[in-house]
Amino acid sequence: MRKIYADNAATTKPSANVISVMLANMREFYGNPSSLHTVGQEAAEILEKAREEAAALIGAEAREITFTSGGSESDNQAIISAAKFGEKKGKRHIVSTAFEHHAVLHTLDQLKKEGFEITLVDVGESGIVDPKAIEDAIREDTALVSVMYANNEIGTVQPIKEIGQICREKKVIFHTDAVQAFGHIEIDVKRDNIDMLSLSAHKFHGPKGVGLLYAKRGIPLQNIIHGGAQERGKRAGTENLAGIVGMLQAMKDSAEKIDEHRDVLLPKRDRLIEGLSEIPHSSLNGDLEKRLPGNVSMCFEGIEGESLLLLLDDRGIEASSGSACTSGSLDPSHVLLAIGRIHEIAHGSLRLSIDESITDEDIEYMIKNIREVVEYLRSISPLWGEKVRGEREFIL
Amino acid sequence: MALYSEKVMDHFKNPRNVGSIENADGVGQVGNAKCGDIMKMYLKIEDDTIVDVKFETFGCGSAIASSSMATELIMGKKLSDALALTNKAVVEALDGLPTHKIHCSVLAEEAIKSAVQDYYDKNGIEYDPELFKKGPSCEDHD
Repeated sequence: MRKIYADNAATTKPSANVISVMLANMREFYGNPSSLHTVGQEAAEILEKAREEAAALIGAEAREITFTSGGSESDNQAIISAAKFGEKKGKRHIVSTAFEHHAVLHTLDQLKKEGFEITLVDVGESGIVDPKAIEDAIREDTALVSVMYANNEIGTVQPIKEIGQICREKKVIFHTDAVQAFGHIEIDVKRDNIDMLSLSAHKFHGPKGVGLLYAKRGIPLQNIIHGGAQERGKRAGTENLAGIVGMLQAMKDSAEKIDEHRDVLLPKRDRLIEGLSEIPHSSLNGDLEKRLPGNVSMCFEGIEGESLLLLLDDRGIEASSGSACTSGSLDPSHVLLAIGRIHEIAHGSLRLSIDESITDEDIEYMIKNIREVVEYLRSISPLWGEKVRGEREFIL
Repeated sequence: MALYSEKVMDHFKNPRNVGSIENADGVGQVGNAKCGDIMKMYLKIEDDTIVDVKFETFGCGSAIASSSMATELIMGKKLSDALALTNKAVVEALDGLPTHKIHCSVLAEEAIKSAVQDYYDKNGIEYDPELFKKGPSCEDHD
């Protein structure tokens, strides 16, 4: 049976290059970078070289990079640091958006409990943040604006440079969670007016458990993990050197092939959207143009996402859904609700996140099989039956 | 997938008694679209016995499997036995459900009861309304 991994927004397969540099690193450079002996100092040298190279790949300086355990830690540290920095100047207001990752939203919830005021800007049906809405939300006491570079579920790409420009003019710190964007979109923190940025290696064929936080010089970081003096005293714990060199390799590889991969992905993504949109009463989630080259997010009326996923898995297609059943909570994805999908429709969502290894045959196989499974699930759905008989209105 | 038992996956992928019955003697529908699951049960009843049962379900894998299993458990049974079917019996017959999916088995129990109640109503048979009380839905948690 054909097997198609279409859940690259959840995580990616580490590349052969990444695995080989990590293995080599663990074999030879096992020293602790804090140790004074030779093997330790060799590790320290690799660490600092990796910091320089990683910084250069996003247009930053080495001292502005902190290695972390991944996107969630970077988001937590960025937001808490900016909030505490602002608080010292009497600024206790933060602007973000309704469809951020939970690593951002839940950190903001925590700050709210500590007395911060949070404004979550609406993202509209297209899933694109309006820079004007950010501008309007900024106040005299705003300490931070945090807007994701690209959304993890619907793949919409945000006008980061414009939002960054507004923040610069208003002298507000601007953080972006670039976890989904890096490797697919060229990022330059200077060009894009970004003050803080979060990355996670496993989203672009690197290893899990490693990421980085960029914080512009002058923004003091607040420790999340206390202990030793690693990472200039801002992040304790012996450095995950193999993970860091693996991430660097993945950063280099994806940066080098960013145009090539986009050219491969775009026509395939668009064919997938076209084929799935032919399914009656279905709809694409988020803007058609301003989206990641590998993201397809659809809602199918009258069916539920988890049963769709399980039947697709049975046909070798591995995907994801924002239905409540797949999250273990009572509500469907906050992202789909934020773009105005009602509960009933959000339950029937499907996210396909493809990578450059996908073939045209895979795309046609997915279209055919998704169509069949949706038809089958509709045939046993009393909700669909009511709509077909005219007892209930179609929404899509 | 380790989320579900083999039995759940079997009943989900090869559901028994799926479909509808024309001129059914009792029809019951529970759940709602907002919560993400709706179950509909159709009963054919002769001499107080369920001679045929079919279901339609909008919902997750465990909702479809619970409906399928419930229909198997009541096929050919006396109405009194069908009314005695608990969600726990459905869960046990499926070799268990994850904790957050238990409500799917509750819906299956309620769908059967609702179909029997419909049959009673249509035929003017008196009953104790307590028997047909429904549990909370997802909206009650808001």
